[in-house]
Amino acid sequence: MGFTRETDHGTPPALVTGRNVTLTIDGEQVTLPEGTSIMRAASLSGGSIPKLCATDNVESFGSCRLCLVEVEGRAGYPASCTTPVAEGMVVRTQTERLKQLRRGVMELYISDHPLDCLTCAANGDCELQDQAGAVGLRDVRYGYDGATNMGQPKDQSNPYFDFDPSKCIVCSRCVRACDEVQGTFALTIEGMGFNSKIAASQNDSFLASDCVSCGACVQACPTASLIEKKVVETGTPDRAVVTTCAYCGVGCTFRAEMRGQELVRMVPWKDGKANRGHSCVKGRFAWGYAQHQERILSPMIRASVSEPWREVSWDEAIAHTASEFRRIQDKYGRLAVGGITSSRCTNEETFLVQKLIRQGFGNNNVDTCARVCHSPTGYGLKTTFGTSAGTQDFDSVEQADVILVIGANPTDAHPVFGSRMKQRLRPKNGKAGAKLIVIDPRRIDLVKSPHIAAEHHLPLRPGTNVALLTAMAHVVATEKLYDEAFIRTRCDWDEFQDWADFVSEASRSPEAIEPLTGVRAADLRAAARLYATGGNAAIYYGLGVTEHSQGSSTVMAIANLAMATGNIGREGVGVNPLRGQNNVQGACDMGSFPHEFSGYRHVSDAAVRETFEAAWGVTLDSEPGLRIPNMLDAATDGSFKGLFIQGEDILQSDPNTHHVAAGLAAMECVVVQDLFLNETANYAHVFLPGSTFLEKDGTFTNAERRIQMVRKVMAPLNGYGDWEVVQLVANAMGLGWNYTHPSQIMDEIAALTPTFAGVHYDRLEAEGSLQWPANDAAPDGTPTMHIDGFVRGKGKFVVTDYVPTDEKTGPRFPLLLTTGRILSHYNVGAQTRRTANTAWHPEDRLEIHPLDAENRGIKEGDWVSLKSRAGETTLRALITERVAPGVVYTTFHHPDTQANVITTDYSDWATNCPEYKVTAVQVGLSNGPSDWQEDYAEQARQSRRIMTVEAAE
Amino acid sequence: MAGAHDSDVMSTADRLVHMANQIARNLEAEGDARAVEMTADHIRQFWDPLMRQRIVQLALDRPGALSPIAAAAIERIAAA
Ligand code: SF4
Ligand code: SF4
Ligand code: SF4
Ligand code: FES
Repeated sequence: MGFTRETDHGTPPALVTGRNVTLTIDGEQVTLPEGTSIMRAASLSGGSIPKLCATDNVESFGSCRLCLVEVEGRAGYPASCTTPVAEGMVVRTQTERLKQLRRGVMELYISDHPLDCLTCAANGDCELQDQAGAVGLRDVRYGYDGATNMGQPKDQSNPYFDFDPSKCIVCSRCVRACDEVQGTFALTIEGMGFNSKIAASQNDSFLASDCVSCGACVQACPTASLIEKKVVETGTPDRAVVTTCAYCGVGCTFRAEMRGQELVRMVPWKDGKANRGHSCVKGRFAWGYAQHQERILSPMIRASVSEPWREVSWDEAIAHTASEFRRIQDKYGRLAVGGITSSRCTNEETFLVQKLIRQGFGNNNVDTCARVCHSPTGYGLKTTFGTSAGTQDFDSVEQADVILVIGANPTDAHPVFGSRMKQRLRPKNGKAGAKLIVIDPRRIDLVKSPHIAAEHHLPLRPGTNVALLTAMAHVVATEKLYDEAFIRTRCDWDEFQDWADFVSEASRSPEAIEPLTGVRAADLRAAARLYATGGNAAIYYGLGVTEHSQGSSTVMAIANLAMATGNIGREGVGVNPLRGQNNVQGACDMGSFPHEFSGYRHVSDAAVRETFEAAWGVTLDSEPGLRIPNMLDAATDGSFKGLFIQGEDILQSDPNTHHVAAGLAAMECVVVQDLFLNETANYAHVFLPGSTFLEKDGTFTNAERRIQMVRKVMAPLNGYGDWEVVQLVANAMGLGWNYTHPSQIMDEIAALTPTFAGVHYDRLEAEGSLQWPANDAAPDGTPTMHIDGFVRGKGKFVVTDYVPTDEKTGPRFPLLLTTGRILSHYNVGAQTRRTANTAWHPEDRLEIHPLDAENRGIKEGDWVSLKSRAGETTLRALITERVAPGVVYTTFHHPDTQANVITTDYSDWATNCPEYKVTAVQVGLSNGPSDWQEDYAEQARQSRRIMTVEAAE
Repeated sequence: MAGAHDSDVMSTADRLVHMANQIARNLEAEGDARAVEMTADHIRQFWDPLMRQRIVQLALDRPGALSPIAAAAIERIAAA
């Protein structure tokens, strides 16, 4: 049927040098960039040379000898995959001699390969089969006795793919994919010649090895040797639809390969500009949650959260929702209700939720979970540069000479970008790797991984980011490492001097702050010099920067450093927030914050407000609304009574669980729209079933500001896309919306948002993606921002004073807890926990340094209690030197652990982004789950009950 | 359920005071006059009207709870 794989040109594109060469292939003249292989040249000009060991995701290796060609004037038969084109070359790809040679090669392969093609899972999608056909193989003269490979046991340990060594042709494509594309170096070839075999590291099973299950090897494998379990189960796909991953802010695009309505596999799209044909375990494999049995498909309501849920029709649920919000507003006032948009939903859905609130509720009480992750990025970059977004595209990392990673763990949290970063950190084609500076309390994987070692790792004490960055600025200013020309033209020189005077004070020197940060002054100075003078220097940061009481200041301190050293406004440099969830950027862009409309324009701006008022036919509130923590405060105080939550689980993801629970419990109507009965739904009165990204059209915007299409590949199991549900609620409130397709919502966004003026579905279809701003000034979008000038005009240096957090260690709570996440799970884990990804991370663990463990008599795997002034939980200990003495670390993927029971209510001074990354705690031995955990489990069980409907007579 | 720990968590009123002081403290390095102006601006831009009313009242009810910069900023908000 209509299914084919993407064309494989055999070898990757040549490095761009700008020079072309012209040659003749089979009588046709072709002109191509120098450095292109003959194989790629033939493929690009419409031909195809038989091949087995070459594939265009990895460098060629030249081992199978199937791709031989004849080149006039050259002796022998060079391999076309390893021979570059040359000026005037005359190549023949198909001659009698070549045919003979290729058949010979093929015969050898087939003599050591099982001939069970008809029942093989890769039947119809196997390159060995295809190539046997292509070379016209009809007979195998050697017989099948020489076989050394056949009959070996399969390795089925990985939950998503099988390894069958009997079918392996030892082409090493998997090994190269793991090394070059993924950068994990988990596979090796053991033995020599005919006896060589592929093995996972240390001859372990795949699951026990270093393999991170990214699937690059499976995608590269030409046979059924490495194959998706789902393909084994279902058969090969018959159609493919390009869509975007719904997990993280990298925004990988995939071909969703389908058979009918069934998803067979996700294959990363080579044309995807964010991921360039790669993906991680989540996007490629962990989509089983979409069909999970716990998914709720019928709307449900209940009068109080102590009652079981009652399934109702969509009509009833929608009417009830609308009447509850109206009732509450009549009784408690216009400001007593609000809503939360989701960074998991599409731009269009997010836009509609904030529209529902501003137009329908008549207030600005809308916020988004970006509040708890990247709101300081919004504030900090808007203040310094003039717009709330990262400055580069991902490709930019290829031009970086120095990479500074602060408070981010890309190999776990942004794996595909992590792999791309690692490609740049390793030497390649004679070019030295970029130098790496890591600033993080923990020794993250990047610090030392195969063929990569950080030049500097500065393991600072949690909570001292601003002091450390200011000390780096001190070095830049006092050693005159700044870029005066850049500052004079692009920033305000007087402002720079005020800032330079401030950072130059002796009290801000690396030596002076050493006792505070715990980072050796000499290391800090060396790192600062490298950043300032090492060529193109790019900063990548994550939640370890933003989730602090000085998150916004830290973002501004980063921006200051980049401006002072002229590292802004071209490829290879910049300030890059690594966004957490898939559409955090989009949720922020779409006007999810209570103080601003889409495109980051304050609600008090009368001219902007008028454009929305004209479009929506209502008067809009000119006062900022409540942020999530403020809503919860107002709820506990009795003035806030109703909340519409789309696709967020604030009870699990927000700090200080007790406070969130108290706030939710105080409300009269909590509406949760989600796939599953999440933790927040324990406090909800209305549950509206959500749809997955596979079930609707829309767009996501990734961390590079790249707007990409999400395409419906199957009908929504719950009946409606989330945007349709919001529209039903809006219409039940009398708003008279009539969108028939998300493209119309995007047209409205474009009409009302200057930076999105050029964003329409037909353009996205044509371009594949667009990076905003995309408008008349930048019709093709904007890969690099602030090229000729900052969005705000002149870049602004902001004095960032270090203010220690109020969260302090003391005798009761002597350790500092910091939190993070791991590769195989995602955020609160609602989706990933419902997939086979649990094979890698069945529980949250507490990382603790051996010294601290020993002092407390804690051994590996012991149950320990973790206490802060906000609460207590228990989990098992993992003893490791990744964390420094005095620091402990955990993830927050599992509701049983509820790490946020521990986190407190301190937050960023400018944005109220919670201080997840610093909590004073005590750790001690424990017997098992705390009382709270048991109470919670019981409460959750109670509130998840669904009334069973009597079967109809 | 949450009972055992409530005493350690701020009340809404305490939190508002804490937040105002925190903003003022982070802007202190700008010099007093600018810090007052910037603190007032910040609160006007990001706090909803009820929170602003509340902090104005708290400034009256709890003399000395706000730092001098925060107090001056709240005075401006009250005057407007
Ligand atoms: S799945 Fe990824 S990490 Fe694992 S062996 Fe294959 S390429 Fe390497
Ligand atoms: S497992 Fe597949 S990709 Fe790897 S060497 Fe064998 S045939 Fe080649
Ligand atoms: S989770 Fe992130 S890195 Fe992994 S496939 Fe999805 S977008 Fe890519
Ligand atoms: S494809 Fe060129 S040698 Fe294998």
